[in-house]
Amino acid sequence: MASLSVRRLTKRFGPVEVLKSVDLEVRTGEFAVLIGPSGCGKSTLLAMIAGLETVTSGEIRIGERVVNGVPPKDRDIAMVFQSYALYPTMSVRENITFGMESRKVPKARHDAAVKRVSELLHIEALLDRKPAQLSGGQRQRVAMGRALVRDPALFLFDEPLSNLDAKLRVEMRTEMKKLHQRVGKTTVYVTHDQVEAMTLASRIAVLHHGAVQQFAEPRVIYDRPSNMFVAGFMGSPSMNFLPAELASANGKPVVALPASNGSGATLLPLSLKGSQSIGSPGRKVILGVRPENLTEYDPQRIDARQETGVVEASVEVVEPTGADTMVVARLGEREVIAGFASDAVVKVGERVQLGINMAKICLFDPESERLI
Amino acid sequence: MSDLAIYDPLATLVGWRHRRARISVYVILSLVAIYAILPLAIIVLNSFRGLDDISRRGLIAIPLSFSLDHWNVVWNKFCVSGGCNGIAPFFYNSLEMTIPATIISTAIGAVNGYILSMWRFRGSETLFAIITVGVFMPGQMVLLPWAITLGTLGLSNTIGGLVLIHCVQGTSFTTLFCRNYYVGIPDDLIKAARIDGAGFWRIFRRIVLPLSPPILIVTVIWQFTGIWNEFLFAIVFSSGSGQPITAALIGLATAGTSVHEYNVESAAVLIGALPPLLIYFFGGRYFLRGLTQGAIK
Repeated sequence: MASLSVRRLTKRFGPVEVLKSVDLEVRTGEFAVLIGPSGCGKSTLLAMIAGLETVTSGEIRIGERVVNGVPPKDRDIAMVFQSYALYPTMSVRENITFGMESRKVPKARHDAAVKRVSELLHIEALLDRKPAQLSGGQRQRVAMGRALVRDPALFLFDEPLSNLDAKLRVEMRTEMKKLHQRVGKTTVYVTHDQVEAMTLASRIAVLHHGAVQQFAEPRVIYDRPSNMFVAGFMGSPSMNFLPAELASANGKPVVALPASNGSGATLLPLSLKGSQSIGSPGRKVILGVRPENLTEYDPQRIDARQETGVVEASVEVVEPTGADTMVVARLGEREVIAGFASDAVVKVGERVQLGINMAKICLFDPESERLI
Repeated sequence: MSDLAIYDPLATLVGWRHRRARISVYVILSLVAIYAILPLAIIVLNSFRGLDDISRRGLIAIPLSFSLDHWNVVWNKFCVSGGCNGIAPFFYNSLEMTIPATIISTAIGAVNGYILSMWRFRGSETLFAIITVGVFMPGQMVLLPWAITLGTLGLSNTIGGLVLIHCVQGTSFTTLFCRNYYVGIPDDLIKAARIDGAGFWRIFRRIVLPLSPPILIVTVIWQFTGIWNEFLFAIVFSSGSGQPITAALIGLATAGTSVHEYNVESAAVLIGALPPLLIYFFGGRYFLRGLTQGAIK
């Protein structure tokens, strides 16, 4: 088994720089997810790892070997495409064995290999069908089978679930995770679906404008996003951003949220960990709060140990989602989204008190947009 | 939206006016159809009539006699282009020319199309544009170059020479057809095959060719009828017993002083036209389907 290492990788299409010096170290057995908005370069990066795109500069290693000039077939990889790319004129069995046929693996070993993956993916009954006779989910399985049969050092997935309907997508996601737990191969998985990224990844790389913004465990990406792009991109509904200022009250650091009418400010207590240094009072900051940390303020419900900041807002839209209720409220100049309990009673136009879980907030520098 | 936009002259008429309009449409269409089919019908009928019947009552008449003899004569015995073995040898000449030329030019077109659509390289689009210029090039323009080329290669007056000409001349068309069809094959298929370890020819043989029947049928029909019916190169670059049938048939019209045997000549023309007709008759629907069918899903 091998790890993947991408160093200072650059890709240029004419004058357009699609990837700008990307660094990525994927550990052995890891499930790395590349995520980003369309055009961020994630698919190009995957194609370069696969050897389907040339490298402008930089280095790609699979295991210890530099593979920059190695053709795709010799990279010891397998890839699943968004379109599945099943060979339309071949049966499922032939689709699975085509790689072995091309690599001149003796025929005698084909059957055992087909048996192994078809049992793993429950496609034994489909082996003699043509791709056109399969449903979307079945095609997806066959595409996976074609990759699995290779037993490669590295699995590459290019948005493999995005052509499935919502229900099937969730099912296949779980199966994918099970499969990875069982097979344990190093995997690079491209997606634009953040739920997929959060649920599947051992680490997530967020790409934007051809650069890796952050590469970390899902929990870290979610709780401590390295900049405002990552913070806004991951999580749905998006993180709320509120311009604020550092201040000090009774010798303790606080965040001052200016009021809309300019008279005074709401002071929110900061809960800092250890020796965390965030700068001196007066520094302008952006306060980032996820909707689930901005909820109905109820002194009785809130854990005493939790530092809570209280703000007042007027309700503009109420969106029940079933599990909880999203409330769009006007807080000063800004619109914020707050996550209420599903049984909360809120009316449009009503003024409500919102509690901010200060342990979960993020502060960003307004200039650099980086996490403080 | 005004009512004028959806005005349908037939739909708005009522009762007898509607029926009258419909009848007049059918009458006009039928007349045009008869007018179009008439020459063929006359030739077919004449090929079965006796010569005295034709000379007495003219070419355009209802047959009063019926005989298959003229077909036998024209195939085996008729004198044309300096020999009296009928048109059978020329028919075989045409087959010897058309079949290899069709197969070779189609094969070249398929490989060209495969390269130009799936293995693009710097300048491949320009190359494609240059190849397709041949589609618009009139044959008269290249007569002299071909004369020199065939002479140099020692292929003047041979069926092999004509095969070479048709392969080269046909490549523009076959490349155009195949390339435009293969552009519709998803790139991912080729990428997947490359990762699977397949090389240039294996991808062609196992993935692209099995997807190709619609366009190959189109190309074969196009090439077969085009080469079989081709006249200019045939008449210029062959002579005597080496002529394809299109060139030999001219010998009928220029048979000299003897009386024209219209029945035999009719049969000869029909034999000459038969192979492309059959090809089109059996392959025509594939032809239309192949030309209109774009991407492969």
